Amino acid sequence: MTKQEALYKYVLRLGDHALIQGHRLSEWCSKGPILEEDLALTNLALDNIGRAQAFLKYAAELQGLGNTEDDLAYKRGEREFYNSLMSELPTGDFAFTIAKQMLISVFEYFQFTALSHSADETIAGIAAKTLKEVRYHMMHARDWCYRLGKGTEESNRRLQNAINELWMFTGDLFEMNDEDKMLEVLDIAIDLNEIKTQFNTLVQTILRESDIRIPENGYMQTGSKKGIHTEHLGHILSEMQYLQRTYPDAKW
Amino acid sequence: MDTQLDLWEVFIQSKAGSHHVHAGSVHASDEAMALQNARDIYTRRNEGSSLWVVPAKYITASSSADADMLFDPANDKIYRHPTFYIMPEGAKQI
Repeated sequence: MTKQEALYKYVLRLGDHALIQGHRLSEWCSKGPILEEDLALTNLALDNIGRAQAFLKYAAELQGLGNTEDDLAYKRGEREFYNSLMSELPTGDFAFTIAKQMLISVFEYFQFTALSHSADETIAGIAAKTLKEVRYHMMHARDWCYRLGKGTEESNRRLQNAINELWMFTGDLFEMNDEDKMLEVLDIAIDLNEIKTQFNTLVQTILRESDIRIPENGYMQTGSKKGIHTEHLGHILSEMQYLQRTYPDAKW
Repeated sequence: MDTQLDLWEVFIQSKAGSHHVHAGSVHASDEAMALQNARDIYTRRNEGSSLWVVPAKYITASSSADADMLFDPANDKIYRHPTFYIMPEGAKQI
């Protein structure tokens, strides 16, 4: 693997994660619990789609085959996607979406804080811009954790169930691959083990303040960085890529 | 019965130094949610640099039945407006 190939895969991963997370959030459009939250969730979706566009555009440049960000988003199969497993999980109920958004935002907050110092200027630039958005996502999800956790018996139970179900997908966020190790030496990629400690501390604080029990670290699902996914990714792609697959390169 | 969350009025300042202007309202259960909802609904297209949210219940409004009493007297007394002064040269407004 050359540096260029490693960088391509690394950037692709950052783009894929945002694309799939954005797509999942967009599924709340017109289905939010109240009008205001409907707009809030779709706002988060748009931030993610914008980030995906920036990273996939850079990935297409690195790939050097004349592809665009749209080609990468709509013409790759399931095994060629490197988004985190957590991002592809179905939206579930509102508590599940909030729990997922909180875990992902806390991860992204530390990830992009570190990446904003990357030796790769394009990554550092996108990371700095993303960090502003992610701080808001994290605050929004955290405040909802407080409300649900300290709300009614039912809202607490739903949030607790969501955290219990999601916990085994947290390990996947921190798995490091060959490209991570290769690029970390060059100060381009970041050490996810360092992020893991920061993540655990902040997530535990938020959960404790929300009256939610922290699950035991048991079996962890992994594989996204090798392109191995849950059964849910294929379903997202079949919907997201439908137009492109049915009418290739359609223009209007 | 109104099952919505509490109503808050939203005021936006478009740029530093200018007034906060009423933009509309949002529903929210607490201050933090009111600010976030206001941000998401009213400032997505670069409309503001500062936000105020105020619980609607703390706003005292005049009654429309009193409109005649309150506002009519100002209508026919043009001398209440400083329109009879000659504008000094160079002044944009007085």
